[in-house]
Amino acid sequence: APCPQWPYCRKRCSYCSFNTYVVPAVDEAAVRACLVREARTLLRLSQVHSVTSVFFGGGTPSLASAGTVAAVLEAVAGAAHLPAGAEVTLEANPSSTSTRRLAGFRAAGVNRLSMGVQSLDDAELRMLGREHTAAQARKAVEAARELFPGRTSIDLIFGLPRQSLDAWAQQLEAALRLCDDHISLYQLTLERGTALAAQVRGGALPEPPQDLLADMYRTARHVLVAAGFRHYEVSNFARKGALSTHNLSYWRADQYIGVGPGAHGRFVPRAEGGCSREARVQTPEPGAWMQEVQSRGHGTRSRLVLNPLEQLQELLALGLRTDEGITQERWAHFSPQLSLQAVFGEPGEARALQHEGWLVLDSGGLRCSWAGLAVLDSLLPDLLWQLQRR
Amino acid sequence: QEKLDMSTYPVESIRNFSIIAHVDHGKSTLADRLLEITGTISKTDRNKQVLDKLQVERERGITVKAQSASLFYNHEGINYLLNLIDTPGHVDFTYEVSRSLSACQGVILVVDANEGIQAQTVANFYLAFEAQLSIIPVINKIDLKNADPERVEKQIEKLFDIPADECIRISAKQGTNVEKVLQKIIEKIPPPQCNTADPLKALVFDSSFDHYRGVVANIALFGGEIAKGQKIVSAHTKKRYEVNEVGILTPNEQPTRKLYAGQVGYLIAGMKEVTEALIGDTLFLYKQPVEPLPGFKSVKPMVFAGMYPIDQTEYNNLKSALERLTLNDSSVTVHRDSSLALGAGWRLGFLGLLHMEVFNQRLEQEYNMSVILTAPTVPYKAVLSSPKLIKEYGKNQITIINPAQFPDKLSVSEYLEPTVLGTIVTPHEYIGKIITLCQDRRAVQKDMMYIDENRVILKYLFPLNEIVVDFYDALKSLSSGYASFDYEDAGYQSADLIKMDILLNGNPVEELATIIHNDKAHAAGKLLCERLKETIPRQLFEIAIQAAIGKKIIARETLKAYRKNVVAKCYGGDITRRMKLLKRQAEGKRLMRKIGNVEVPRDAFIRILKRETGK
Repeated sequence: APCPQWPYCRKRCSYCSFNTYVVPAVDEAAVRACLVREARTLLRLSQVHSVTSVFFGGGTPSLASAGTVAAVLEAVAGAAHLPAGAEVTLEANPSSTSTRRLAGFRAAGVNRLSMGVQSLDDAELRMLGREHTAAQARKAVEAARELFPGRTSIDLIFGLPRQSLDAWAQQLEAALRLCDDHISLYQLTLERGTALAAQVRGGALPEPPQDLLADMYRTARHVLVAAGFRHYEVSNFARKGALSTHNLSYWRADQYIGVGPGAHGRFVPRAEGGCSREARVQTPEPGAWMQEVQSRGHGTRSRLVLNPLEQLQELLALGLRTDEGITQERWAHFSPQLSLQAVFGEPGEARALQHEGWLVLDSGGLRCSWAGLAVLDSLLPDLLWQLQRR
Repeated sequence: QEKLDMSTYPVESIRNFSIIAHVDHGKSTLADRLLEITGTISKTDRNKQVLDKLQVERERGITVKAQSASLFYNHEGINYLLNLIDTPGHVDFTYEVSRSLSACQGVILVVDANEGIQAQTVANFYLAFEAQLSIIPVINKIDLKNADPERVEKQIEKLFDIPADECIRISAKQGTNVEKVLQKIIEKIPPPQCNTADPLKALVFDSSFDHYRGVVANIALFGGEIAKGQKIVSAHTKKRYEVNEVGILTPNEQPTRKLYAGQVGYLIAGMKEVTEALIGDTLFLYKQPVEPLPGFKSVKPMVFAGMYPIDQTEYNNLKSALERLTLNDSSVTVHRDSSLALGAGWRLGFLGLLHMEVFNQRLEQEYNMSVILTAPTVPYKAVLSSPKLIKEYGKNQITIINPAQFPDKLSVSEYLEPTVLGTIVTPHEYIGKIITLCQDRRAVQKDMMYIDENRVILKYLFPLNEIVVDFYDALKSLSSGYASFDYEDAGYQSADLIKMDILLNGNPVEELATIIHNDKAHAAGKLLCERLKETIPRQLFEIAIQAAIGKKIIARETLKAYRKNVVAKCYGGDITRRMKLLKRQAEGKRLMRKIGNVEVPRDAFIRILKRETGK
């Protein structure tokens, strides 16, 4: 599953800590050529036969031209089999998504759109440093739904400073009236180094209380489930089966190939004779990345072989984020000798957590209960410790 | 190297004296000037606190280890030997001060011309007075703008009954009138009353440890003479030694052929540990025992603190650092101790808070060790009434250092707590606040008197545990730094003591149990519960934090359960970072202490247990 990155934005949002750059002008042709080249190189390196999904992230991918999207997809199709039905997602900003632009992307091969709405309240949008108004966001989502019916997703953030539970509940109602069949709801995380975090730390904005955040999350879960959504991952909801194939590949520890500055990947470099899954990162700074791609075909800054324990640790930490959890088969793929039962079925932390109602271990696999999902990070250290001992 | 011949200084030409003063009144500066004037050290700008050799002494401006220096001075044709016996400048070292003073016949009492009489001025004066020494009052820092020597002379007259015209006004910094001080020493301080013909009788008033030569003992001869090769005996330990070297301090060691009665210097005699050269001990010649000099006391610690390495892997390093540091400080008592939360460590006994702080600072500066110092505690006592316990301990009165040792009320007829008599000197505008502070600390007023129109002396009897933590800071704070404080041991008093337990979801946390006075239990319990609520991380269930006395709960806080604790985003780039954090947390599980089902990280214990650093 290739994940091409378009690492440019028109401005940096107040909460953003991603690897993105605000530059006056982008040499699109050069960047495009490098994305194409690196995609080819890495796909060949992985010897992947068939691609299940492609995800254009960043930055603001909707700032790139449709031509770039088309070129990357072509490169992917050239280096591996890209089935007609494969999910191809583009992340978009309401301020760079006119119907015309969206149509261009669709023609280039995009068949799913993830719209960064973040909030339907203008004051909140300003606090977040977004470029658009709620009205613009609405229009953009409607345009997207026209072109990608049943395949449009919206992103929302909750837990902003000063946001009340009522205000959040109202937003949920508004979002439900607007959305398609997929919503991603993210609790605001104040990352060190961001403008918003500095404001909170300095006391200009209040830090939202823990219990309020818990209430907002609980409300969101109930409201969305009542509206027919399946809460299939900590922050992701889908109805009518509109789950994001690409994101599922992260949580199932499938292989994915990061392309572009700062992109992350997990795959086995078979063409080099590798037989272990590696954690790979591409060079973050676009200028340096382009030079590396031009000189040796890809700009991989670091690669780390993951030993079997580390692979299992990732599978555990990620798999439990989904409602399906980790299936017996998926576990067996990474741990042929020790089954889930062997590791977690014995008296120990997992059993205790089961008794307390946070976890379920059965013939289907290991997963969190409804309540357990909300406190997963309190469960994981214990489980990882148990896994390590075994 | 030619050894000095000390026989040219008969007893009549000897003067043994000490300089006593309140902190920062200029004791060490005066010593510097005296050393310069007598040619003992050459006059340079770099002579500052020459006798204070330890870094911590120079930084804090205090004297910790007493040094002596022998000065030679010619006055009206006669060569005099003036022995300056430096004293530790702080009340924690009262015993050392008194031993040093017993080697003297007079003192120079230095008082700051602006600050006037302060708490230690008073304390030191009484020590000298009780030892029946001649007292030469010296008013220092007359060069400064706010100096008011006349006012200070009146204070001295009123409080110490010394006529104002006996005071010498000086500036130690500039050297003004310092020569007059030397002359006064010769005129007013009597020579020692002793005889070289008598059998050897030497007082040990300090000791230090030299890696190559062993223990160096500071001695004052009260009779006889001492030389290399002689066999001597310690009155207290009864051990025998052969003298390797004797000499005087100028202020560096200068070997001499002999030392004679009335003289002061040092001795090296094959002692391996400073505990063999006990302060206040008497030395005499083998087969010629003498009546030991009075006033010898075994070290009695007043304040205890737990000392633990920051990490258990540092245990051995800390152990050897402690061994080396205590080589040179025989007044620190060391017991091994262990805490469920902090691992293996020690419980150290100090003479007082300053002693503890200086020790800690020396550990950091000289041995580069960072440690966890737990809140200071005091030794309580209990008079047992249970025959079983009396048999077990072998006596009917026990000392309790650790709350775990606290015997139950039913087995005890009386609990006792150590007390001190504290002296506070303050400008009168702070009297009200200070009285309130003292009452708050369960102190009983014993005396209150005006020194002059502006200042007051207050004497209060305090339970020691009420002042060991932060009394001094509170006093300084509410008097804008103008009040001064001094204290001395005042024995034990009966006290309504209880053991306060801390419970988490009903299970006791042993490390956090404290012994406390009943009156203070509620407030302390509430505070501790609140602090725990902030330090213990939230868990998947509610945690009841309680303070209890026996079965009775006296304070309670509730730590609510986590209802949401999961990171919002976890895609490509987030995963690596996430795994790092999770793996660290999984490792942390190893170090978690589990009280019932509540997980308490080591860090939380450290934050609760360690001493608040405020100074």
